[in-house]
Amino acid sequence: MREACFILNNQLDNNLDNQSGGRSRKRFDVRLDLFLTFCKIGGLTFGGGYAMLPMLQREVVEGRQWATEAEIMDYYAIGQCLPGLIAVNVAVFTGNKVRGPLGGICAALGVVFPSMIVITAIAAFLTSFAELAAVQSAFAGIRVCVLVLIANAIMKLRKASLVDWRTTALFAAVFLLSILTKISPIAYVVAAALLGALIQYFAARGRQTS
Amino acid sequence: MILLRLFYEFFMTGLFAVGGGLATLPFLERISEKTGWFTRQTLIDMIAVSEATPGPIGINMATYVGYVTAGIPGAVVASIAEALPSLAIVLIMARFLKAFASHPTVKAVFYGIRPASVGMIAAAGFGVLKVALLDIPAYEASRSALDLFQWKGLILAAVLAVVLNVKKWRIHPALAIAASAVIGIVFRF
Repeated sequence: MREACFILNNQLDNNLDNQSGGRSRKRFDVRLDLFLTFCKIGGLTFGGGYAMLPMLQREVVEGRQWATEAEIMDYYAIGQCLPGLIAVNVAVFTGNKVRGPLGGICAALGVVFPSMIVITAIAAFLTSFAELAAVQSAFAGIRVCVLVLIANAIMKLRKASLVDWRTTALFAAVFLLSILTKISPIAYVVAAALLGALIQYFAARGRQTS
Repeated sequence: MILLRLFYEFFMTGLFAVGGGLATLPFLERISEKTGWFTRQTLIDMIAVSEATPGPIGINMATYVGYVTAGIPGAVVASIAEALPSLAIVLIMARFLKAFASHPTVKAVFYGIRPASVGMIAAAGFGVLKVALLDIPAYEASRSALDLFQWKGLILAAVLAVVLNVKKWRIHPALAIAASAVIGIVFRF
């Protein structure tokens, strides 16, 4: 996959070299890179938007350094509260940060593209794909891997988000409530936003009086 | 004409479904009842296929339903239409955030939102854990704690947890996923 992307990237680079001058090529390259990187991320996501997190950390935070861990977390938090698919929301946020609205569009197209190809092929040729014993076994293995990847991703996020005992308590409360109840994610984000503002407000007032 | 309606229905789904891919399911059910483009059985197949293939579930579901309804053009129209509202809303939201990012109140708000976001991600991970490592039906049948765990999965998880955390190797997630798929097939998970 990585090689395929690389080769494709190079070919497109060469084509562009022939067509356009230096400065515009440079700008176009980042958009192309956004599209291809999100193609790769979309194509390697098994499950919901959350399963995308480990790929995002590897490709976007560590690899391209387009965004920080904290920013990715913000994108997820806001992406949950906004309508639409979390994966697309996070992709658009990242793309927009790197190269404005056009970057957002490139990232969104990239994350959608692999689904279109794979699902169309499966719907067209392999109607009983999901029932195949080998597919079920393979996916049972993949689920275990996704689980470990998400756990690792959370360990990385911990440093930037659980900065004191208050945030750790907030994390634990949201985690437990999410497991035990069916409260909408919007409620958590709104409540956490208010709590964050209140905590910082009283902390600031405490500093002033002391 | 059907493409236009398909666009409309999925655009509305993308505009009103809050909370990610699975949140679109009730909307898809309504489309099925209203239009008869696809059956409930198709929807059930779709969830299975969407979870067992690469790509975020929400996009996979839209592509699948679009394809069943109107072929390849349908698949393209449905996925793009569902992604469009996100695109517009996020671009507006990002502009707003950029303007206010350094404001102390915005900073305080994110101080609270970040741990909540990680909490929700951890809860989603717990959902995967229940399916991947536990076998609740078998446990309820036998009431034996030994049946509660899927031992093969547990061993694989332990091995992956060690191997993926060796800093020197920096194993790419995709490689780990491919290896896990092969292990799943070979050891009949």
